[in-house]
Amino acid sequence: MIEVTNLYKEFGGTPVLKGISAKFENGKTSLVIGTSGSGKTVFLKCMLGLLQPDNGDICYDGRHYEEMSGGEKRNLKKEIGMVFQGSALFDSSTVEENIMFPLKMFTDMPYDEKLDRVNFVLNRVNLENSNNKFPAEISGGMQKRVAIARAIVMNPKYLFCDEPNSGLDPKTSIVIDNLIQEITDEYDMTTVINSHDMNSVMEIGEKIIFLKNGIKEWEGTSNDVFRTNNEAITDFVYSSNLFKKVREAQLKEGL
Amino acid sequence: MINYIKYIGGYFLMLKEVFKKPQKGSVFRESLFKEIEDLGINSIGIVAFISFFVGGVVVIQTALNLDSPLTPKYLIGYASRESLILEFSPTLISIILAGKVGSYITSSIGTMRVTEQIDALEVMGINSLNYLVLPKIIANVFFYPFVIIISIFLGIFGGWVAGILTGLVSSADYILGIRADLEPFHITYSMIKTAIFAFVIASIPAYHGFYVSGGAIEVGKSSTRAVVWTSIVIIVLNYFLTQMLLGK
Repeated sequence: MIEVTNLYKEFGGTPVLKGISAKFENGKTSLVIGTSGSGKTVFLKCMLGLLQPDNGDICYDGRHYEEMSGGEKRNLKKEIGMVFQGSALFDSSTVEENIMFPLKMFTDMPYDEKLDRVNFVLNRVNLENSNNKFPAEISGGMQKRVAIARAIVMNPKYLFCDEPNSGLDPKTSIVIDNLIQEITDEYDMTTVINSHDMNSVMEIGEKIIFLKNGIKEWEGTSNDVFRTNNEAITDFVYSSNLFKKVREAQLKEGL
Repeated sequence: MINYIKYIGGYFLMLKEVFKKPQKGSVFRESLFKEIEDLGINSIGIVAFISFFVGGVVVIQTALNLDSPLTPKYLIGYASRESLILEFSPTLISIILAGKVGSYITSSIGTMRVTEQIDALEVMGINSLNYLVLPKIIANVFFYPFVIIISIFLGIFGGWVAGILTGLVSSADYILGIRADLEPFHITYSMIKTAIFAFVIASIPAYHGFYVSGGAIEVGKSSTRAVVWTSIVIIVLNYFLTQMLLGK
């Protein structure tokens, strides 16, 4: 479990996170949602140690991040997989080299074993026969799948995804969402996803945290999202015309 | 002024992170050979081209300025050799490489920064500065002296060709001048300068690339800044090194 307590971060005197606390349970997919600029990415980067919070505590299964030595932090990061918004694949390396990189860096496996592991995860994300392609030669959805494959190649305990659906069509988004959900269940990982995609909320959000202006405005399950009376979250959820019409229909039927 | 002090401090803090033991020897060796190819071997062509022609120009200009019948012709070879060893090859070629290699280093690392590839390395628990910058510095410092030796030889050869073709100096006089009064320390001085400039050519652009923020335009601006600062530092260091190593 990941426990975040009173996380505070400011940039040049402007507070971006104003004391956020949250718990992310093992084997569950948690979604952090909110409008652009609500502090989702900063929140995720603080949890990953990419940004230094000004205040607060992040605890990975009883291990307090701030109290760890440099070596302990590096070891913790080997247990973390991350899928970046823009995939962040190494563009001068092939798909195979991208996925093999953490194995090369942190294991002493012989090459054949590493290749087997790469092929296994590529197979897991339904990307066979793409080993020798460069990131620029594959589609955005395929890049996301390669990024997921790279994130899970070391069997991580924690998986973080920053807007995994951004730039993808709705159908591919659902494929990516389902893939993340299946992998989370399969490997019993603690998965945290940043998103502002309502399809993701409906598909995979076992737990939802809604951020607004750096504050945790609401917390609940995907079912609660559509039943809550919290004005901020209803504004966010029903901002799309499709959901607005669904809501109007629900209200007409007295749901 | 405070900003400059901040940048200098940041540069030395970066070096502290860069000069740590590589996390995996085999990965470091692989990166090192790749950098030797990208930064060193791929620079030989332009260095050879420039050195050959500038060597020719040096000989022609020296010959035209030493046209007194009382001046022995072999001095043309001697003066050309000294200018190539002492200044042209180590300093001018380093400034040219600051442009070619420096902009490549800043833009490649800067692009990795703005596309979150450096964040991806950090999340994996990799010391990204050590992984990305150390192989570049080591490749530069150990390979550039060879590039500069090639430059000196080709400059001297270019001078010989130009001297013969223009008829300003005979082959025998030129070769006599090349061999006259060679001071071995001048070559040592040239190699010391080259190694120091090679360090600057790799580290200053790496600093500018690593700490860039924004998008493509910022990466471009950062590359320009890196080339300008690398050239300035080379020129200033050249002055002090010359005074320290050759001054009486």
